[in-house]
Amino acid sequence: MAATRRSGSAAVVAGVTLAAGAAHAVDLPEDRAELMYHLYDGGGTRASGPAVLVRKSMLDRVSVSGSYYVDAVSNASIDVVTTASPYKETRNEFDLGADYVVRDTLIHVSGSRSKEPDYVADTASVDLTQDVFGGMTTVAIGFTKGNDKVGQKGTPGWIDTAHHWQYRLGLTQILTPRWLATANLEAVSDDGYLGSPYRVARVFGATVPERDPRTRESKALKLGFVGDITPEGGERRSSVRAEYRYFWDTWNIKASTLELGYSRYLAPGWLADGFVRYYKQTHALFYSDDAQAETLYVTRNKQLSSFHDISVGGKVTYTLKSVPGKYDVHLTGAYQLLSFHYKDYTDIRTGSPYSFNAHVLQGYVSATF
Amino acid sequence: MAPTSPAARALARLAAAALAASVLAGCGSWRPKPIEPWVKPYERERLADPIMKPGRDELSARQVDHVYSVREGSRGATGVQGGGCGCN
Repeated sequence: MAATRRSGSAAVVAGVTLAAGAAHAVDLPEDRAELMYHLYDGGGTRASGPAVLVRKSMLDRVSVSGSYYVDAVSNASIDVVTTASPYKETRNEFDLGADYVVRDTLIHVSGSRSKEPDYVADTASVDLTQDVFGGMTTVAIGFTKGNDKVGQKGTPGWIDTAHHWQYRLGLTQILTPRWLATANLEAVSDDGYLGSPYRVARVFGATVPERDPRTRESKALKLGFVGDITPEGGERRSSVRAEYRYFWDTWNIKASTLELGYSRYLAPGWLADGFVRYYKQTHALFYSDDAQAETLYVTRNKQLSSFHDISVGGKVTYTLKSVPGKYDVHLTGAYQLLSFHYKDYTDIRTGSPYSFNAHVLQGYVSATF
Repeated sequence: MAPTSPAARALARLAAAALAASVLAGCGSWRPKPIEPWVKPYERERLADPIMKPGRDELSARQVDHVYSVREGSRGATGVQGGGCGCN
């Protein structure tokens, strides 16, 4: 069960007329194809595989898309090696979507299935988007319903279920001919089995199956700015961005994320992006490294502990072929280093707070036509 | 310092009344100016450039979002689901 929760990968959209002014006709997403190989390697876990996405418009009003994503996971993470045996499994994810223009509103509907031997997650999403105020403001609202089936190796059938409701609101505002501001708000509610049948907690030094609450509600708010900082008359365009997200939930986790990025054309046909990201969270109310009291809920899931992580990453895109007005083909290589540092999750092999580094690699070809 | 003599106090009241009357009169003819879109479509060319969309490649953004969501306790409002931009 390498990956259980997954935000609906659905795209966008929504028709709300918050601002005054004439609505602006929305455009269908451009026709596009992506073929990617991805790799995550860190903390004893390695996940890799291919992914493909195709998007094509038809009759000038509808755009359909489909994607397929594979995660071949080899897991010997600290949780696994200290309490169970390393394992290998594959997660396959399918996604089908359609975008449709109705008057001045773009409607997106999509469905996805993520399947592992012991976990199946289905989602259905609808998003609406609309440009208002002469196209200076874009408003998007969306909803995703997720239904999961939870299994356990060695037990026939499913042992439990989980249900998820995601509500999101997005706003993009043109500030000047060079600057954009964005705001995203998302609320998520969960109900059902929200833990792992394999994970154990520690109580008075002894291992016991973890016990998680069956409900959770969370909210997250992100604010961002991106701006073109090319000097007047400058030959190579460049931009900077800054984003901050605050998260809080009913499990008493509070988290902050800060990300800063820089993009620049290096030469004709060469585009480089770089970023740094800092993330910090407090632990869940029922998290304990080694509980010294019997409580209704207890977990030692390090995802719910107090920790911070730092990322540095970059990617370079080369335009292989460009025929203006017809098609473009790009080749991209990306690398990211992540460093996790846990405050109250002890590596029981050493007795020290646990930490690890991870590497993310991507290589892909993308084409617009 | 506040006026102390009765004449000075009366003069002060008169001045205050005149000021209030002129403000109210001004309000009567005041109309909020409609806010016009201040960045015209032909001025948005820079905003449509790929350098303004770091998450422009969907599969790439999806993998990175997945890496975070299975290791961090928070979720949502990443913008990966969309967000959109009226700058096309």
